[in-house]
Amino acid sequence: MIPGAFEYHRPETLGEATGLLSQLGDSARVLAGGHSLIPMMKLRMAAPEHLIDLAAIADLRGIAVGDDIRIGAMVTQAELIAHDGLAAACPLLREAALQIADPQVRYVGTVGGNVANGDPGNDMPGLMQCLGARYSLAGPGGTREVAARDFYISAYETARADDEILTGILVPHPAPGTGYAYEKQKRKIGDYATAAAAVTIGRNGASVAMTNLADRPIWSEAAGKALAAGDAAGAVAAALAEIDPGDDNRGPAEFKRHVAGVMLRRAIDRARARMG
Amino acid sequence: MAKMHVKMTVNGTQVEALAEPRTLLIHFLREELGITGPHIGCETSHCGACTVDVDGRSVKSCTMFVGQANGASVTTVEGLVNPDGSLGVLQEMFREHHGLQCGFCTPGMITRAHRLLQENPNPSEEEVRFGMSGNLCRCTGYQNIVKAIMAAAAVLRGEKEAAE
Amino acid sequence: MNEITPTPAERAEKLKGLGSSRKRVEDVRFTQGKGNYVDDIKLPGMLFGDFVRSPYAHARVVSIDAEAAKQVPGVVAVLTAADLAPLGLHWMPTLAGDKQMVLADGKVLFQGQEVAFVVATDRYAAADAVELVEVDYEELPVVTDPFKALEPDAPVLREDIADQKEGAHGARRHHNHIFTWEQGDREATEKVLAEADVVAEEMIYYHRTHPCPLETCGCVASMDKVNGKLTVWGTFQAPHAVRTVASLISGIAEHNIRIISPDIGGGFGNKVGVYPGYICSIVASIVTGKPVKWVEDRMENLMATAFARDYWMQGKIAATKDGRITGLWCHVTADHGGFDACADPTKFPAGFFNICTGSYDIPVAWLAVDGVYTNKAPGGVAYRCSFRVTEAAYLIERMIEVLAIKLGIDAAELRRKNFIRKDQFPYRSALGWEYDSGDYHTAWDKALAAVGYEDLRAEQADRVESFRRGETRKLMGVGLTFFTEIVGAGPVKNCDILGLGMFDSCEIRIHPTGSAIARLGTISQGQGHATTFAQILASEIGIPADNITIEEGDTDTAPYGLGTYGSRSTPVAGAATAMAGRKIRAKAQMIAAYLLEVHDDDVEWDVDRFVVKGAPERFKAMAEIAFAAYNQAIPGIEPGLEAVSYYDPPNMTYPFGAYVCVVDVDVDTGQVDIRRFYALDDCGTRINPMIIEGQVHGGLTEALAIAMGQEIAYDELGNVKTGTLMDFFVPTAWETPHYETDWTTTPSPHHPIGAKGVGESPNVGGVPCFSNAVNDAFRAFGHVHAHMPHDHWRVWKIAHDLGLHG
Repeated sequence: MIPGAFEYHRPETLGEATGLLSQLGDSARVLAGGHSLIPMMKLRMAAPEHLIDLAAIADLRGIAVGDDIRIGAMVTQAELIAHDGLAAACPLLREAALQIADPQVRYVGTVGGNVANGDPGNDMPGLMQCLGARYSLAGPGGTREVAARDFYISAYETARADDEILTGILVPHPAPGTGYAYEKQKRKIGDYATAAAAVTIGRNGASVAMTNLADRPIWSEAAGKALAAGDAAGAVAAALAEIDPGDDNRGPAEFKRHVAGVMLRRAIDRARARMG
Repeated sequence: MAKMHVKMTVNGTQVEALAEPRTLLIHFLREELGITGPHIGCETSHCGACTVDVDGRSVKSCTMFVGQANGASVTTVEGLVNPDGSLGVLQEMFREHHGLQCGFCTPGMITRAHRLLQENPNPSEEEVRFGMSGNLCRCTGYQNIVKAIMAAAAVLRGEKEAAE
Repeated sequence: MNEITPTPAERAEKLKGLGSSRKRVEDVRFTQGKGNYVDDIKLPGMLFGDFVRSPYAHARVVSIDAEAAKQVPGVVAVLTAADLAPLGLHWMPTLAGDKQMVLADGKVLFQGQEVAFVVATDRYAAADAVELVEVDYEELPVVTDPFKALEPDAPVLREDIADQKEGAHGARRHHNHIFTWEQGDREATEKVLAEADVVAEEMIYYHRTHPCPLETCGCVASMDKVNGKLTVWGTFQAPHAVRTVASLISGIAEHNIRIISPDIGGGFGNKVGVYPGYICSIVASIVTGKPVKWVEDRMENLMATAFARDYWMQGKIAATKDGRITGLWCHVTADHGGFDACADPTKFPAGFFNICTGSYDIPVAWLAVDGVYTNKAPGGVAYRCSFRVTEAAYLIERMIEVLAIKLGIDAAELRRKNFIRKDQFPYRSALGWEYDSGDYHTAWDKALAAVGYEDLRAEQADRVESFRRGETRKLMGVGLTFFTEIVGAGPVKNCDILGLGMFDSCEIRIHPTGSAIARLGTISQGQGHATTFAQILASEIGIPADNITIEEGDTDTAPYGLGTYGSRSTPVAGAATAMAGRKIRAKAQMIAAYLLEVHDDDVEWDVDRFVVKGAPERFKAMAEIAFAAYNQAIPGIEPGLEAVSYYDPPNMTYPFGAYVCVVDVDVDTGQVDIRRFYALDDCGTRINPMIIEGQVHGGLTEALAIAMGQEIAYDELGNVKTGTLMDFFVPTAWETPHYETDWTTTPSPHHPIGAKGVGESPNVGGVPCFSNAVNDAFRAFGHVHAHMPHDHWRVWKIAHDLGLHG
């Protein structure tokens, strides 16, 4: 498994990076941690002529817990897990990140890469939808923000324009006492979810998102509303009405639908138990 | 494609070379530098046989381009022997507790365990199993690997003698 | 005297011989990354080979255009079948008496089949060129189901032999039929079934899987045109057999071929076969005059080299009302893929599957195996087992459970009732094997006592009640297995591979200063031969194991042997080692007697020396004897101290074991937690307990993988669905449980040191044990049998079909 040839770029500023991206167009791909892109390149299912490595751009790093929580796109899962301030402010992030891939992949795999590439198997997108996060995007025309809940269109298709770079994630502080849980069933460490559910329940409402059960993460407004009203069964029914799992090696859709209900129910129970 | 100039510190030695940008770090280490401890097992970042330490992170070097490690400090299993050439504590404990059989996963295992113990000097068995879950072994069933790492942790904490 | 001379026990301990948990000598290299595996080999001017493989499972190859590929800088050659045909190397013989295409000759029969071989100056250029080879395929109808393959109008897969009514193993009754192998007494068995109180019947499928060693297969072929010598380093579990086969098919004289197995990163049967990559590398080296390396990647490994299992086993077992088994009937439909490349001894096209009467005294039995071609990869190797014994053990250990359910008898009791008794050994089974030794009742009772079997059953019954009351959603399963292995192939009169008798060998040279080197015909792939064979010798010749070098894998230096698989190294090469050691000792005795100036018969062996009978203070230690062998002119004795033994075992060995597994099954998700796994193994004399325990842990983990999810799955178009380690299940440390190990010791009566072999036992016994545990969890709800692998959705489906999801 050998990737095709490409030219390697390592810009040190965001402006340089977006400049390269507009200049090189379709022939370029942005490289974050690379744990999605590099295997695709080795399988020759992706063959960019230019790779723009974002690793040297200091602005894309760092976690800031202020009015909002800001996570730089190039923050790795391991950095996210290790950040105690973040874990105190939004413990759901650490709980979910520990269920992603394996230790080595988490050292290199980035939060930005996980949310940006539109792989329905990734865990962070549903999680960010659940948390009501917004993504910062930078392009030739400047910067903009898109809500995670509006970002995902279908598999590998997102609201990010080809000449934009996702630079960071803004997560609102969960209200004090918010209960949370991320429940994920997988075949083994390193696998994508057979089904996973992210749940928060707090004073200001509840939020429910599901992972790898459609061609995009599913945030269910109706499920959140039902849950906020205390109707767990209704929340599960509402979420299941919105997912559309396919058959794969993890099992047929019927099975996944069932497991999705189980994961969501368990996440709800655990989140409720954690409410302050 | 033009070759790029690559510079890194590998096991304490500064190395410089020209490499195609698409060169994977594992191939750079093995083919260019002749460091054949890290192995290629799955090529899709699942098995961990290629694990090396890059700037204090355990990395699967089959899924990293050489450019991504440019300027980095890289440690492989070869770099974990004692300065006098004797086996390092983890290496010695893997031997002592039969934590290897065919030896193919071992360099990645030991390199990963090194970082794990740097971050958590006193892990529980469960933490070792979770912390080592990015490395596959087909021979040992992991039980003696876990035992070896727990023993190494005890030695490194000064609670146990390394000698047999 | 005693103050100076250590006691015999102290001297024996220093030898680190039999029974010592000696640390492995291999590990000093391996732990610091100084192993030397095939991909570590780098020769001046070395080229790299890479395959163009078929994306289709069945297609005609209309044309191959390699012009663009040849333009890639660094590409030296692109080989196709047309290039190999003039050399007669476009097809090669398989170990099973069939032939296999080296490169696609007109058509392809499985996805991933080798179509063209690109040779370039580095692996990157080769990979680039592979992308540019244009192959025009015409798709043909695909058959992946062996039952459909035998339908009258099924597509003809093997056009080359479509009209042949006779195959390597007798009559062929259909164009996709390979052989029928029949054993036992059909008439008598069917009569017993017809008259039995109870007959339990079940179709048991042992799915297709793959040995998947962490190192894939590969080689470096180097043809030295100056001296006419071909050297091939490769991942070969049987280097000498590879040399002979290479000579026979290439026409190169055998003395001009040197095969070297360097360190091997696990084999598990994957590295027994001969693969197109080896042939193409050799040809490419001959053509280019340069060394050529080929190392497959993981997807190629899973797709194209050496699957295992894929047996559809229809079983019928007859018994009296009170649980005495009276007969076993079995028909197997064996899916062999596009070519019959099974790695079995020649006379055994279904391996030793006729060990399927297991550990039980079954008076009459019959079995037939039909081998079938399909559009899947060839192979059928013994994945950590001795030639289909895993399938056999799985069949009988599932059938016992099915019978226990039908009879309403506890499965542990049913086993106990039918075990071959200790006093029946040597025991001749209904299907023709002579079991060497065993004490099954003792082992079984020890195992059941260790796990508290009665309490487990009581807890399980309570759990079922709690479940019915809605207090829990987890069921508990207790998996039992008592297995008998058959290893150590084997007697040359029965067992050969391509006509090569399955003996093995050891050659020993004692150096003047009393250290030694021993070379064997086997090759370690992680089993620790360099450690354990030295221990056998240490006990035989009184030289400390630390002073004995063990060397394997170089056909220019090692004596001829059939290699390492089927747990045969200890039973066969281990025996050769002991026998060669005894030859050394016999000569040493004469030398010692000469030095002590007594008659040969007046000295006796004492741990590490010969002593004068009745005068232990007069002795010659082995080191002294060795020196004398090289510096004294002893009348009637040749100088030197060397010996060689070629050992043809009189029988197989029959290790056995008792395993118990306790699981908790989440009915709603299909997840199975292994709460406890207890493994008692009896491998006869125990050479190195530490290594035995390691083998058991490893074999159980491979069993866990196979039982719980590991499969090579195909879709209806013959596409491999499990081609990477994302989908091909290999458990991590996280999914793997902690194992409890135990043992009894029943030596083999015919093996020189009583050892039986252990490497494969835990896989043979582990798979049915995990599977029985999962099936057992649902027994209270009327469930009888579900096929492996027991991955989440299949376990969930059992619950679903039983109506447990409400």
